[in-house]
Amino acid sequence: MRVSLMVPCFVNQFYPRAAMAMVEVLERLGHTVEFPEEFTCCGQPPFNSGFWDEARPVACQALQNFSDAEVVVGGSGSCVSMMRVFSPELFRGRKEEQLAREVAAKTFEFSEFLVDKCGVTDVGASFPATVTFHDGCHGLRELGIKRPARELLKNVRGLTLIEMTEAETCCGFGGTFAVKFPMISTSMGEVKSASICATGADYVVSNDSSCLMQIQGILDKQGKPIKSLHLAEVLAKQ
Amino acid sequence: MSTGREAILGRIREALKLSAPMPGDHGPIAESDSDHAHPAPGAPAEIRAWLPPVGANYEENAAIFARNSEDLKTAFLRCPTRAAAHEALQKLAAEEKWARVAFHQSPLIDDAVAALGLPALETKFGYDVHTLERCDAGITACDALIAQTGTILLTATSAGGRTLSVLPPHHVVLATGDQLLPDLSSAYEILARKYGSALPSFVTLITGPSRTGDIERILVLGAHGPKQLTVVLVEE
Amino acid sequence: MNSTASSFLDNAKRVTADLRHRSLIQNALKGYLVKRDEKKAQFKDWQHARQTAAEIKWDAINHLDRYLAEFADKAEANGAKVFWASSADEARNYILDVAKQHSVKSIVKSKTMTGEEIHLGQALEKAGIRVVESDLGELIVQLREEPPYHIVFPSMHLTRHEISDLFQKKLGSEPTDQPEELTMIARRAIRGEYIKADMGISGANFAVAETGMISITENEGNARLSTALPRVHVAIVGIEKIIPRMEHLALFLPMLATAGAGQALTCYNSLIGGPRKADEADGPGEFHIVLLDNGRTQLLADPEQRDALHCIRCGACLNVCPIFKNVGGHTYGTTYQGPIGSVITPHLRGLQQWKHLSQASSLCGACSEACPVKINLHHHLLHNRRNAVGEHAPFFEKIAMKIFAQVATKPKLFEILSGWARFGEKLIGLVRGTRLDPLGAWTRTRSFPNSAPKNFKEMWRERGTKVEAKP
Repeated sequence: MRVSLMVPCFVNQFYPRAAMAMVEVLERLGHTVEFPEEFTCCGQPPFNSGFWDEARPVACQALQNFSDAEVVVGGSGSCVSMMRVFSPELFRGRKEEQLAREVAAKTFEFSEFLVDKCGVTDVGASFPATVTFHDGCHGLRELGIKRPARELLKNVRGLTLIEMTEAETCCGFGGTFAVKFPMISTSMGEVKSASICATGADYVVSNDSSCLMQIQGILDKQGKPIKSLHLAEVLAKQ
Repeated sequence: MSTGREAILGRIREALKLSAPMPGDHGPIAESDSDHAHPAPGAPAEIRAWLPPVGANYEENAAIFARNSEDLKTAFLRCPTRAAAHEALQKLAAEEKWARVAFHQSPLIDDAVAALGLPALETKFGYDVHTLERCDAGITACDALIAQTGTILLTATSAGGRTLSVLPPHHVVLATGDQLLPDLSSAYEILARKYGSALPSFVTLITGPSRTGDIERILVLGAHGPKQLTVVLVEE
Repeated sequence: MNSTASSFLDNAKRVTADLRHRSLIQNALKGYLVKRDEKKAQFKDWQHARQTAAEIKWDAINHLDRYLAEFADKAEANGAKVFWASSADEARNYILDVAKQHSVKSIVKSKTMTGEEIHLGQALEKAGIRVVESDLGELIVQLREEPPYHIVFPSMHLTRHEISDLFQKKLGSEPTDQPEELTMIARRAIRGEYIKADMGISGANFAVAETGMISITENEGNARLSTALPRVHVAIVGIEKIIPRMEHLALFLPMLATAGAGQALTCYNSLIGGPRKADEADGPGEFHIVLLDNGRTQLLADPEQRDALHCIRCGACLNVCPIFKNVGGHTYGTTYQGPIGSVITPHLRGLQQWKHLSQASSLCGACSEACPVKINLHHHLLHNRRNAVGEHAPFFEKIAMKIFAQVATKPKLFEILSGWARFGEKLIGLVRGTRLDPLGAWTRTRSFPNSAPKNFKEMWRERGTKVEAKP
């Protein structure tokens, strides 16, 4: 398949290795990967803050970036939710609504694309480590993705997955929420961190880099040795 | 007073001129059709399809009722005959040293209370609330037992008013085998069949003895109502 | 910032710093979750049950004029007196009038959030009437002179020791660390009140249009006693409590109990249809129903958020909300706490004054997932944010968003600025930990990642050159 990669602004800046790992895995499976370099942002920051008028030109540009794509794959459940769930709502009753719905229909989160769209659960990865998995809220509840990442991890050679009790509990990131209400965001992160640490895992893995930024931020500040990895980074290891 | 009614209903009608998307549908907001085409949702058959499963016959439902009673801390006594039921009550009275009971006139209850041979307060035609408060047990009939949830259905008419079944520390219910129903939907069917449009002013579903979890979410029985609930099922 | 927002922030700061408080709440709710999941699993199909419940409430709310009129007509035919209150004031004045007419000196109240909403207890006490809360949790918060902490578990923020101290002080009881003994102290204290009271006040969980009866859900038996013994019963009912038919209770009662308390059914679910009938043993001689609007029709007029009126006040959205679990119920400063409160309070009490509640959310959606009637709660928080900005956008945030939109729609400029960010973070590094740190809100409690030596675009381009250079 011809896959257009959606690399959100902060992944481009801080976590390029997660995006590169997606490229490696997708190519390993025989897909052709394209990357529209003009893509900057899905429009979520202004959208979530209530500035829908300011969000529209950004989101509209994103739609145009991917209008010719066969499928769009993103490594962040949150940005994929923006494209799939919120963009159609943002453009409801406007001339861009049709395009928004078209792009929404061909946009997938990375693990969802591999498992549900392509039927692949073993990507030939090997990673001898103990990991626990964090479900990003947007992927989990806006997109309904829970199973795919686990099926992929199950088939990684040498990997042990230990579920944490609070796997489905929000890490506290929530975009601008994290800086508008830092005390609440941090408290939530502490609950998450305690649950991660209780598993005794070496790594916390997720399919959303924004959650991992929050989680790693808390773990570092607490002096915990646990490292965060994007799912694609685990799947790229051989 | 009718002006208040018209004001609120007027605001509601105005508000409903725009129709809201159906649940699960986030489609566009449109002008409202005054009468929508959807059939009214929530028929008993639909509700039954989602609620917890029930038994296929009397024995299965009695077993479900027994299991639920155990979870709820309701004492559930199955008695093959009226005489056995009277004996069970006498045993209970002796164990708990009942000095006085309260009851309401009803074929099933009268004999049972007579067999107890204790001073008894009858509530049907009014009573002194202080005397009722001092009774050790309130003995009532009911309209139905519901297996699905281990529940007793009773009304002001079937159970001697609103208070008899809640004020004394022990509520004893006498029921007959034909009163055991599978589920809540059948309970509402029975109510409609039995009372038609003249429902008593008070109908209640009782599911276990009174309880609270308001202190550290720890379960305590006998919060304001009865600490004990006994269901005697006469299966003759 | 307005005063409600700043007190929210102050309280959130205080509670999030109070680890004991947070763990008390979180542990209590862990127990709830286990029981809820157990009871949910007994349903043949919980998800379909939610859909059916949502459709019934949709029907009720979207034909509210018809069902409400039917309810009132039937209730009046049953002998109830129905009063239509447009505002909290009208409701309070009516109830005060009824109390005066009957020379009421003492009132026993069972739990009613609608009563809390209109501050009924305070109004009655101001009129010189003794008001006693009979629900254990409500009694505890009444004695502490504070509002309920949670719409279903009003005293969940207190330990047995705090309650024992309170009872010693206010009820003159002996100290004890047994929840059972504390419950019995309250039972003994309230018993006489039911008998003495001239008026009983309750809320209603449902109002059944078909029969004109109200349905009250409880566990303790206090609502039954409060509505049976006093000679006058007044029920305060929000107009959204309507369900069309009695048989719908077969679905709503188990769902309310499961979602609300992790029970298959609560202990008592009572239908009350009027005053004592001629052939009945007891019951009040008069039964008043106060139907309360108080802003609900305003919410009804917003089709986008109308489903918020489907709410059956089970509290499930509070119980799963990570914000609630970390800031606690009193921080909200509202009658209805948690996600449902954050959604409806701006409609009932003013958007600008209460918009901060919609912002104080990570939009995780746990609330919408837990809601037994499928209210799209977390999306409504987004709608409130949009509406608040549309009405009045904060100046600096608007500028920032406009700049962001300008930059993000110019990929070349965006890329140049992303490059500068690497330089910028070196400068920020010099002021890290000081008040000048622009990332302080983040970095005080969290590490912030450094820009990668090469961003993805650079890596992608390099890779392209390599691939092309290969043959």
